[in-house]
Amino acid sequence: MLERKVEAMRKVAIVAAASRQETKMLDTEVEMMIPLISEVKDKTGLDQTDIGFTCSGSSDFLAGQAFSFVMTLDAVGPVPPISESHVEMDGAWALYEAWVKFQMGVIDTALVYSYGKPSPGSLQDVLSTQLDPYYVAPLWPDAHAVAGLQARSLLEQGVVTAELLADCALRTGTVDSREEYFSQPMLSDPLREADCPTYADGGVAVILASEEKAEELCEKPAWITGIDHRIDAHQFGVRDLTTVPSARIAAQKAGVHDGPIDVAELHAAYTTHDFLLRKEMGLPEIPTHSQRSYPIKADTLMASGLLRIAEAARGIWEGEANRSLAHATAGPLLQQNLVCVLSGERN
Amino acid sequence: MGTGGELAAVVGVGMTKFSATRGDVSMPGLVREAAQRALQDAGMEWDDIDAVVMGKAPDFFEGVMMPEIFLSEALGCVGKPMLRVHTAGSVGGSTALVAASLVHSGVHKRVLTVAWEKQSESNAMWALSLKQPFQVSINAGAGGYFSPIIRQYMEATQAPELIGCMVAFKDRQHALLNPYAHLHQPDLTFDQVVESPMLWEPIRYSETCPSSDGAAAMVIVNEEEANKSTSPAWIHAGAMRSEANNFPGRDEVNPLASRECAADLWRQAGIVDPRKEIDVVEMYVPFSWYEPMWLESLGFCNRGDGWKLVESGATHIDGGDLPVNCSGGVLSSNPIGASGMIRFAEAALQVRGMAGDHQVDGAQKALGHAYGGGAQYFAMWVVGKDKPAA
Amino acid sequence: MTEIHVPPLLDGVEPVQSVRTPIRMEYTFTPGVAAQTYLREFGNKKILGNVSPVDGAILVPPRGADPRHGVLCEEFVEMPHTGHVGSYCVTNVPIPGRELDLPYISAWIFLDGADVGFLNLVAECPPEECRIGMRVEAVWKPDEEIATTAENILYWKPSGGPDIPFEEAGVRSWHARKKGGSNA
Repeated sequence: MLERKVEAMRKVAIVAAASRQETKMLDTEVEMMIPLISEVKDKTGLDQTDIGFTCSGSSDFLAGQAFSFVMTLDAVGPVPPISESHVEMDGAWALYEAWVKFQMGVIDTALVYSYGKPSPGSLQDVLSTQLDPYYVAPLWPDAHAVAGLQARSLLEQGVVTAELLADCALRTGTVDSREEYFSQPMLSDPLREADCPTYADGGVAVILASEEKAEELCEKPAWITGIDHRIDAHQFGVRDLTTVPSARIAAQKAGVHDGPIDVAELHAAYTTHDFLLRKEMGLPEIPTHSQRSYPIKADTLMASGLLRIAEAARGIWEGEANRSLAHATAGPLLQQNLVCVLSGERN
Repeated sequence: MGTGGELAAVVGVGMTKFSATRGDVSMPGLVREAAQRALQDAGMEWDDIDAVVMGKAPDFFEGVMMPEIFLSEALGCVGKPMLRVHTAGSVGGSTALVAASLVHSGVHKRVLTVAWEKQSESNAMWALSLKQPFQVSINAGAGGYFSPIIRQYMEATQAPELIGCMVAFKDRQHALLNPYAHLHQPDLTFDQVVESPMLWEPIRYSETCPSSDGAAAMVIVNEEEANKSTSPAWIHAGAMRSEANNFPGRDEVNPLASRECAADLWRQAGIVDPRKEIDVVEMYVPFSWYEPMWLESLGFCNRGDGWKLVESGATHIDGGDLPVNCSGGVLSSNPIGASGMIRFAEAALQVRGMAGDHQVDGAQKALGHAYGGGAQYFAMWVVGKDKPAA
Repeated sequence: MTEIHVPPLLDGVEPVQSVRTPIRMEYTFTPGVAAQTYLREFGNKKILGNVSPVDGAILVPPRGADPRHGVLCEEFVEMPHTGHVGSYCVTNVPIPGRELDLPYISAWIFLDGADVGFLNLVAECPPEECRIGMRVEAVWKPDEEIATTAENILYWKPSGGPDIPFEEAGVRSWHARKKGGSNA
């Protein structure tokens, strides 16, 4: 399917990142993003006019306003005008769009940002409107209820055990012991509170640079050695909820298995998702001691995926990892997945 | 010169019939109608497609958050990469450019791109006027926003008052040549256009676009694949520009983002004199006066002279040397999220010689143009009958 | 298209053409740092503008940012309650959720000294007498109705005095002012 082998692709690296997450943020999107975008520009010494392409990700439904991203563009300072695009997706896909632009050979740097403020809306209602509008959304199942359906399939088919979920919750630090986990009441049976995400407002900005430019801008660029994304079917009735083929294909195409992974940053909002993703991507069921990998603590919709990529890059910059993996997801029950592999080595 | 990377071409175009309410199809049915026609035109099956890029305007138009998620099956995306673009009104054009970039970059060989809107599923006026608590609610839709800009154009150029009506009448006449157009008004007279009530003075009802349901799709492929096609539309140039909505000294009438986008486009396409070298134009004209305004901004004439081009009949398919919106344009069909892609797709049809009754004879190079936001987002491409010069 | 087969039981039953699925979602917005300051003073019948840290340009109403440079604006300045019409629209279309007699005039108001305009109502002015460059002043709600909302100014009315010339009105005022023009 791919026209070119990944090795033949132009090398692109993440050279700077800045992020912020808070349970409830009082700043507007513009006020939140300006310091983050300024920070990555300062880190690289780039001015807006030096940046070849800008791409962002956000959602109108989350913001409660049509064309919400238009005002946020002010945070970039797009005067004089810029070459720019926006996806109604997590920022990880905005990064993918920028990466494609590098492959055209027309840019050497890109700014990618995304943000989400779930706090103003009734998030569970908002997420319900993402489901099939004819058959499912009118029933208003919330995200935890849908996740519960999947969890039951996994438990009843013996794909996962409650003990494994408890251990996963332990790793996030949301509980201190298996006993504490099992003493929690069900939130969305069979899921307990420790299995489910909390949400936070936040944003993230990153700078990408080409192989010609990256080393000028960053001491130790985090090279993208592979990136791929896939989507599964939406209808719960036609999906086997105990598998995530899209994550498996994306991991394979991104070259996850070409070497050891030191840091795995998964956009796993539920313990069940952490388990499923590890299985589909061929990661060990429980991360080894040397491997940093936690389910995320708080989900910032539209930014969580790009945040994972920024965190995986940080693993490279700080010498914690030679090779790191970042994952982003969208849609209910891990329907759409993006996998990005980063390396401290350019080749 | 050129777009960068590998050559790419449009080998399949599909559109739906546009109308106020496509009550005969669901959202999946609507997007599939356009996509299947594009595949059929390209001589391809769903399995031949490597990736799908979808675009549409605000999700509130249908009341579904990120609807591409539930349209995965309808567009044959399962197991494939899918992207969803949203750049306001320019989105249909931006979506085509993102799809093209997947081919130019060598990442994929065959990409399906679809843009759509099913405004009848919700209430567009409501979606655009969601009450925001910290600002004065004064703006009744896009007409209220663009009217003061048009007024400044009229005052600055001293253009005759009926230029806008001439554009509206011309586009409705063109629409009669396009079976897919929403508005078919065979008995419409120029006087009726002029006598139409003022909605957002100086904009008459007759000078506004309708609200439509509809979808457009294209199959974009690499050079190797396009060489197999009998009628590819080669992509010679593609450009996007954005600027802020409101800042000191912003030229709202002729935004810098538009001028710079056009300059980049002509440079990529190796075009020195667009008036001479472009044979047919599909530009985004949701309110009639934007035709003369964009003609100036795009460099088809000097600043202040756009209305003269309209007045001379140059933009009419019948006898004009620079036919604009032969399909009837946005003024005759406006499924917002798709409107930009329709412009890009119509440009492709023209250079492929497949535009039917609204074909401009011998069209070699065509411009597709879209804009959005407060006239601050721009997407443009040039397609040609022949491969771009090396 | 694939042919659809329905069970015999449904033969002759009229197909469902549409379903109505109302959606209601509630959002509790926060105004942000700059708008909070603005609204608080607006409740004291003061109009604040943001001052750009880059070149002192004045942006009304404050959004906490200078969109030209992508920088935060943390400085405020009090603005006069007079300005001019940058451009306008005579509207015959009702606004969802707001009662207004038709037609009404919506205009880009440029306060004296401000470098951007904002959209607001102009009244006490027949539509045919409204002009680009016409000078206007704020008409406030009665004092007892003033609150920390965006709606304290009922509308703007003509204030007399010579018009601002077209070349210096509205978005052109910035360039005119840099050349030492007459924009108050």
